[in-house]
Amino acid sequence: MTIRHVIRKETYFDSVTLMQITNEVKKLQGVENAVVGMGTDFNIDSLKRLGLYSDAFAGITPADLMMCVQAGSDAAADAALAAAEKLLTSRKKAAGTGAAFVPPTQEAAAKQLPDANVVVISVPGAWAAREAEIALRAGRHVMLFSDNVTVEEELKLKTLGVEKDLLVMGPDCGTALINGVPLAFSNAVRKGDIGLVAASGTGLQEVTSLIHTMGYGITQAIGVGGRDLSEKIGGKMTLMAAHALGEDPATKVIVLISKPPAAAVLAPLYAELKKIRKPIVVYFIGADPEAIRKEGFTPAHNLQEAAQKACELSGGKPVQPPMAEAEAAAKAKGLALPGRYLRGLYSGGTLCDEAQRLLQPVLGELYSNTPVKGCKALASVHKSEKHTIVDLGDDEFTRGRAHPMIDPTLRQERIGIETADPDVGLVAFDVVLGYGSHMDMAGEMVAAIEKARKASGRKPVFAACICGTADDPQNMQKQKRTLEEAGVLVFPSNVALVTFVKQALSGKGA
Amino acid sequence: MSSLKTLFREEVKVFNVGIPSFADDLKRQNVPVAHVEWRPPAGGNKRVIELLDRIKLWQAACQSPAKS
Repeated sequence: MTIRHVIRKETYFDSVTLMQITNEVKKLQGVENAVVGMGTDFNIDSLKRLGLYSDAFAGITPADLMMCVQAGSDAAADAALAAAEKLLTSRKKAAGTGAAFVPPTQEAAAKQLPDANVVVISVPGAWAAREAEIALRAGRHVMLFSDNVTVEEELKLKTLGVEKDLLVMGPDCGTALINGVPLAFSNAVRKGDIGLVAASGTGLQEVTSLIHTMGYGITQAIGVGGRDLSEKIGGKMTLMAAHALGEDPATKVIVLISKPPAAAVLAPLYAELKKIRKPIVVYFIGADPEAIRKEGFTPAHNLQEAAQKACELSGGKPVQPPMAEAEAAAKAKGLALPGRYLRGLYSGGTLCDEAQRLLQPVLGELYSNTPVKGCKALASVHKSEKHTIVDLGDDEFTRGRAHPMIDPTLRQERIGIETADPDVGLVAFDVVLGYGSHMDMAGEMVAAIEKARKASGRKPVFAACICGTADDPQNMQKQKRTLEEAGVLVFPSNVALVTFVKQALSGKGA
Repeated sequence: MSSLKTLFREEVKVFNVGIPSFADDLKRQNVPVAHVEWRPPAGGNKRVIELLDRIKLWQAACQSPAKS
């Protein structure tokens, strides 16, 4: 066995490209393990964990690229490193395609596109606030996709944004649709008269997609980042965005989605929202809908209902969900589960939260890596216990690697583990479509399911919800067919999936 | 210079700083986009870049006309 490495000083590639290259190198013949990444603490720890670290890596910085391969022979290791180099070179060329000059800074980009008005930032968290400040000072709105931005930095950026009347969407904002343009992880949603403000990426994807599926459309979908309604940030961007939608003549109905705001923020938020003379659907995930109704807003109990109520207010007539509750429940009829436990493997954080909230009262003891009220924390995020629902997009899984909406590897591994567990009867997961997401997540999940069935000889029931629209680049019908042909039960919303799960597990709980 | 008062009436034009596929998605939809081939400034040394940024701000302040 041989371990070989290459370090390229001051050579930078983004995490998605490096993840893709690592995966490709790992598939090469004779290769047992590979790490292609920047010299971050996380990647150094990964080398140590895998037994690939040597003193050669001492002094490496996050600005340096490292490639390390463990292989069965010297020839295989050398070939793998050469392949990695070749792949990096081709990606570098591809990134510059179509442009004579690829600018290295925003200042240089301004020469190419002087009237750019939105800057999408997805650089490592330590550098993200700096780029956001450069954008704001140049008079451009910011979509801050990066996570690991401190709350102090967020406050500084949002204060500057308010001062300059510019949006700061994020940090950790995965989804936004501005004037019909989907940014980062967003779906192809038709134009209409519903405007949305959300502190949740997949929550916003699910609601906008369902609005589209129900035949309606949106004006704007503005992500504000999960901490916007915290006491420290005070809802700065939620208020700015809601007021802008209030004044927008194209917007008839407003939808607000967030975790429940901090107590100190709630009263001033309601006071400001009441100044807007348009119907507002409010879904504070896990909060008491009655309290929202009393304030004069339209409450929703879940993401699907938020979409449904917004459509009803827009159209002035009743709107049906894409799958009736009875139809979702009926799919469980006569189903024999080969084990008593549920394992939920989500890529969408809010969808994972929603599943826990809706299932915990029925299942009782429910575990998660991101437990909501009433659920229990897993001792190890890598090992399920009894009924478990995991968010594989949570920080613990994504540090130093791409999100599971892009990279299926972690969920594929987990499907193998859960399928082999003799107590597991049902495995549920989400497939999130749209721009930014993997082009064939259904195919990747099915490959893992078939491999797991073969390896374990077990056949738990698999069920999935698809979050997306018929206009998304992945071809929703094809994704659905791929899943169904592999025997996966498919649902058009997370709520419909959960309704099925409830029914399938009723009477079979722990 | 944009503002939220005007954004909903403007054509969206984007700088993409980071993951290249976000720019590719926008290009495919014919959205004007300039991809910034970002790399950690000052060789990844945050202290150096903080000092350089401060000098830049100070220079900009010196060049802008004094406020009355």
